[in-house]
Amino acid sequence: MKRRTINNLLNIASKLFLWAFSLTIITGCVDETQTVVTLNTPVLSEEFDTDGAPDPALWSYELGDGTEQGIAGWGNNELQYYTDRPENVTVQNGFLVITAREESFEGSPYTSARLITKDKFEQAYGRFEARMRLPWGQGLWPAFWMLGADIDENPWPGAGEIDIMEYRGQEPNTVLGSVHGPGYSAGESITKSFILENDRFDTGFHVFGIEWAPDYVNFYVDDVLYNQITPADVPGEWVFDKPFYILVNLAVGGTFVGSPNAETEFPQTMLVDYVRVFK
Amino acid sequence: MKLTLNKLRISVLLGAVVAITSSCTWEPSDDFRPATFPATAEVFIDGFSGGLEYLPFEGSKLDAFTVDTEEFYAGTASMRFDVPNVGDPDGAFAGAIFPDYGGRDLSGFDALTFWARASKAATINEIGFGNDFGENKYNTIINGLRVTTAWKKYTIPIPDPSKLTKEDGVFWYSEGPEGGDGYSFWVDEVKYEKLGTVAQPRPAIQNGEDVEVQTFIGSNVSVAGLTQTFNLVDGTNQTVTTTAAFYTFTSSDPSVATVNELGVVNIIGTGSTVITAELAGVKAAGSLTIESLGAFTAAPLPNVDANNVISIFSDAYTDVAIDYYNGFFTDGFQTTLGGNNLLINGDRIINYTELNFVALKTLNTVNASEMTTYHVDILVQEPEIKPDDFIRILLLDAGPDGELGTGDETESSFTIPSSDLASNEWRSFDIPLSSFPGLNTSNLSLFFFISDGTNTSNPGSITNILVDNIYLYR
Repeated sequence: MKRRTINNLLNIASKLFLWAFSLTIITGCVDETQTVVTLNTPVLSEEFDTDGAPDPALWSYELGDGTEQGIAGWGNNELQYYTDRPENVTVQNGFLVITAREESFEGSPYTSARLITKDKFEQAYGRFEARMRLPWGQGLWPAFWMLGADIDENPWPGAGEIDIMEYRGQEPNTVLGSVHGPGYSAGESITKSFILENDRFDTGFHVFGIEWAPDYVNFYVDDVLYNQITPADVPGEWVFDKPFYILVNLAVGGTFVGSPNAETEFPQTMLVDYVRVFK
Repeated sequence: MKLTLNKLRISVLLGAVVAITSSCTWEPSDDFRPATFPATAEVFIDGFSGGLEYLPFEGSKLDAFTVDTEEFYAGTASMRFDVPNVGDPDGAFAGAIFPDYGGRDLSGFDALTFWARASKAATINEIGFGNDFGENKYNTIINGLRVTTAWKKYTIPIPDPSKLTKEDGVFWYSEGPEGGDGYSFWVDEVKYEKLGTVAQPRPAIQNGEDVEVQTFIGSNVSVAGLTQTFNLVDGTNQTVTTTAAFYTFTSSDPSVATVNELGVVNIIGTGSTVITAELAGVKAAGSLTIESLGAFTAAPLPNVDANNVISIFSDAYTDVAIDYYNGFFTDGFQTTLGGNNLLINGDRIINYTELNFVALKTLNTVNASEMTTYHVDILVQEPEIKPDDFIRILLLDAGPDGELGTGDETESSFTIPSSDLASNEWRSFDIPLSSFPGLNTSNLSLFFFISDGTNTSNPGSITNILVDNIYLYR
């Protein structure tokens, strides 16, 4: 009798486990169960649970077309003017919503938004990930990325850049993960693309992350580790040994992606479910 | 294009008879459930998939299709289509359906895909699925598929796969000569796929435009311009032309007009209603606004003996064949819309809107040399007719050779003054052909209605007219 009870309990437990497992797949929260990550102590958990402007304790904006920063077009011939208006950036229903619009604004043909955690959250090493649904169409260029926190004293590319996720709207099943540093920046960055089979990044949410340790940066999408970059892979100095801050933005046009065309539909939105950092 | 072939109908009917006969042996099963059909993906890989048939269109080159074992993208064979030259006695075009009358469940796929190349860069008029020489309920095509001499994969997205639980028409095409010349194209690896990357559906009705139509109680209007557009994995948008069966239509005021599942709007009351649609839960761009002017008063019934009439457009007589109701002139000044587009209680009416000038052309020239009078009924829909307004009737005779643009044409006009017109009332005009000085009448070809003349400094304000009972008599 007792034994049977134990069996029943085991049965129930295994069913519960199966149920939890399938739920995990449905909700896409596969990051907790994947084996590709080893750093699981939460440091930052931005869930975008409060409607309105993004939390000012964590996020700042970079505004304009880059002219004020001395890099018109943000160094890439980008076409958008970044604002902090709710039309371009807001938190709604548990998501950060960044919207690119086609509108004449301060001399630019598009508006959008770019959020940074500079001086508010900076960290060396750890697991950085975001769950996002991306926009679509020729000329859309969303990114979830990081820059070396010493960039003011140590200009790009010396400060280093880790692109956790970049994407071209005209290649809706492909994302790229890259690092830039002294001697390996822009077109010479160390990069690899990841292609989603029989699916695309603009129709559902996916987790984009890195696991960053002193001697490697691992890039993953959902539960797939698709690239590892180590000091041996970069032709210059390994600059990924100091605090970096996080950027989330949606650019329009530029060298990397090309301009929107007549078929590109606006407005386009990028949704961010969460940004989490572990150590 | 008329897509029928009598022989094929017979074979389909025979098939139906066989099916009915054999169904007599069936017995209801205890675990009865709705029939399901095989989810066969393959159409043509290296040969016909199970159940696939080849049925060419009437008037097409019947042997335009062959299986080519020399030229293929993959495997051992492809489908080869030889489009005839203009004037080919074997057929004016190449076109056929490839049905599987056993029916297939295509609801698990999201696209029909194939590889294709051509002997020269060309644009295939129509290629897609859903044509079964029957209802063609889910007929979906790419209009104008551009192909090159290199093999390339093409994707025809399914507007809403959940509808295709029993589809017979798994593939069809129709293509004519290009610039008078025939050519060949090859299609290979034709199959249904679940790509998972057919996304961002953007259905449309009325080609995405907000269209307004003025009409009357008792008339029918069909929602047109049905398209579905998807973004494909290569970043391009692919639009397909499709059918009402994929949509759900709504009338904002069902007391003015109702709309059925075929997109046919029945006008039953006076006022305004907006027809909108959804496809698979996505609101379609575009709308059709119906302005119902209320009860329709028909034009006076003609009472001339039919033996003394050559009828151009009238339900009271047998008409000559019409080439077009609204010929478009390339000078860029013509604005007129509409044509033979109203059917009110079974009565055909020509409705011209945004009229400045318009010509109706008969298919063959009309010999009215023994006739004495031109008749037309006109209703001006403008609420007010101004003193300077007029409608000029211009007739053009193609000359002895019967061809336009050869220099032997004659034309002449008669102007109806505003005093003879009335707002929203039919007016009948019987104009002696002798009132068209200098006009030959043995080869009449074009019948014009002009409301702004050619004097742009003094244009008339009449732009919306109904026309009925155009005939010549003695």
